[in-house]
Amino acid sequence: MIYSPKVLKHFKNPHNQGVIKNADAIGQEGNPTCGDVMRIYLKVGEKKSGKAKTAKSEPFIKEIKFETLGCAAAIAVSSAMTDLAKGKTFKEAMRLTKDKIVKDLGGLPPVKVHCSMLGLDALHQAIKNYELKKR
Amino acid sequence: MKRIYLDHSATTPVDKKVLRAMMPYFQDKFGNPSSIHSFGQQASKGVEDARLAASKFLNCAPDEIIFTSGATEANNLAIKGIVGAIKKKNPGKKIRAITSVIEHDSVLEPFSELERSGVEVIHLPVTPGGVIKLEELRKAIDDDTALVSLMYVNSEVGSIQPIREAGKIIHKHNEQRLKKWLSGKPASRGEKPEPVYFHTDATQAVNFLNCDTKHNFLDALSLSAHKIYGPKGVGLLYLKNKTPISAQATGGHHELNRRSGTLNVPGIVGLGAALSQLSAAKVLKNNARISRLRDSFIKKITARIPDAVLNTDLRTAAPGHAHFSFLGVEGESILIALDLEGIAVSTGSACASNRLKASHVLVAMGIPVEIAHNSIRFTLGKYNSEKELSQAVRQLEAAVKKLRKISTEYRSK
Repeated sequence: MIYSPKVLKHFKNPHNQGVIKNADAIGQEGNPTCGDVMRIYLKVGEKKSGKAKTAKSEPFIKEIKFETLGCAAAIAVSSAMTDLAKGKTFKEAMRLTKDKIVKDLGGLPPVKVHCSMLGLDALHQAIKNYELKKR
Repeated sequence: MKRIYLDHSATTPVDKKVLRAMMPYFQDKFGNPSSIHSFGQQASKGVEDARLAASKFLNCAPDEIIFTSGATEANNLAIKGIVGAIKKKNPGKKIRAITSVIEHDSVLEPFSELERSGVEVIHLPVTPGGVIKLEELRKAIDDDTALVSLMYVNSEVGSIQPIREAGKIIHKHNEQRLKKWLSGKPASRGEKPEPVYFHTDATQAVNFLNCDTKHNFLDALSLSAHKIYGPKGVGLLYLKNKTPISAQATGGHHELNRRSGTLNVPGIVGLGAALSQLSAAKVLKNNARISRLRDSFIKKITARIPDAVLNTDLRTAAPGHAHFSFLGVEGESILIALDLEGIAVSTGSACASNRLKASHVLVAMGIPVEIAHNSIRFTLGKYNSEKELSQAVRQLEAAVKKLRKISTEYRSK
């Protein structure tokens, strides 16, 4: 088998799969011609961060769901990534990298790394869309 | 878990009878067939019996059989060997070679090499059903044409090419070419013209179709043992006597200097045994059984799974092929989902190829790239049962349903 056991586990039972009806932000990347399309839905909350006295309120990912047209790797990446992003502040979520996700999944076949990471781009897109809306 | 194999276009299991025929040649009869002593003679007997079996199957002379490591090598030898020999004989002469857009890479790549060396290569287009148009072939053959190479059955969608009809067209052209030359003045007409040679890659056809080389007007034919319930790593090239050939592997004088390298004796014996199983009566019976299984499999799929597009044109396809696109889901994800249930299939999606490109065959048939990505190829074999196929349909239905729920591109109607 070309995929790690963890990739297959996510592929068999993907986490956070579906649609958020009244999403605060949506991000999408890819197109059907290249074979992969990923869409991320976010519900955003506010939480205090930093020391009590100087604490600032920051947006964070309260809820996250994904939809993916793509190979088994793309679906597993979407699932693992939404797990990693859930509960994170935007700043933390923007710091998520493909290396972290690949490591979390116990590796990916090299040829799969690029396209399956469209999910990460979609997440970052959703965060940017939210920030644009708030401005 | 009992696994179900539906990928017979990729390879087949070795038939028990074939394996039994091969076994003595690993230890008891291990000699080098080129050796003169009794060990060598024993091995040589095995090889020559296999050669006879192959020549009987192909209706040709035994010395027209060249054993190779498989169809890829046979295709390379035929294409580069024939055109190369003609080039050597006629330096500076313009040469045209003709093939189709749906060939296997082991045909397309050698033609690309020839193209880089100055040969003009014409790629014939195909119909939406994946079949070449004979009219296009007729138009493409000119006085410079040296070789036509067309596959017999396409490995992906299963479309059968009109090999015999193509052979007739080439044969007729050759007659005219000769007639034209004969009508010229002996002093000024130059050397007798070389005919157009006709090669077919019959790898996917051997199990099902008539491979009589005379009936099909062939000068060369490639086939592989592991697609016909024989071992991997062995195949052959039929090459009609007097066809010019320049060897690709040299230095051993094997196979009448046309292909050097110590013969794979157990493999060749296995190939001979596999071909011996394919009597006309058996082929007919097997074809009827497999196409019945395949047709009911297709019926079940289209009845139970919405938006399942059949890419195989059943009117012109080999009996074992059923190539589908399941709209809104990526083929590789279906393949992996089925594999997790022990069911083996294949896909033309870019996501399953190392080059990340959708199948050139599907694209040539006019199938949009996004639908090519949704494709799954089922190829049935002689050991598949009705029960296995019903099981496969159930698993397939569940997999497609689940993946469509995940997909951005599919909303159930």
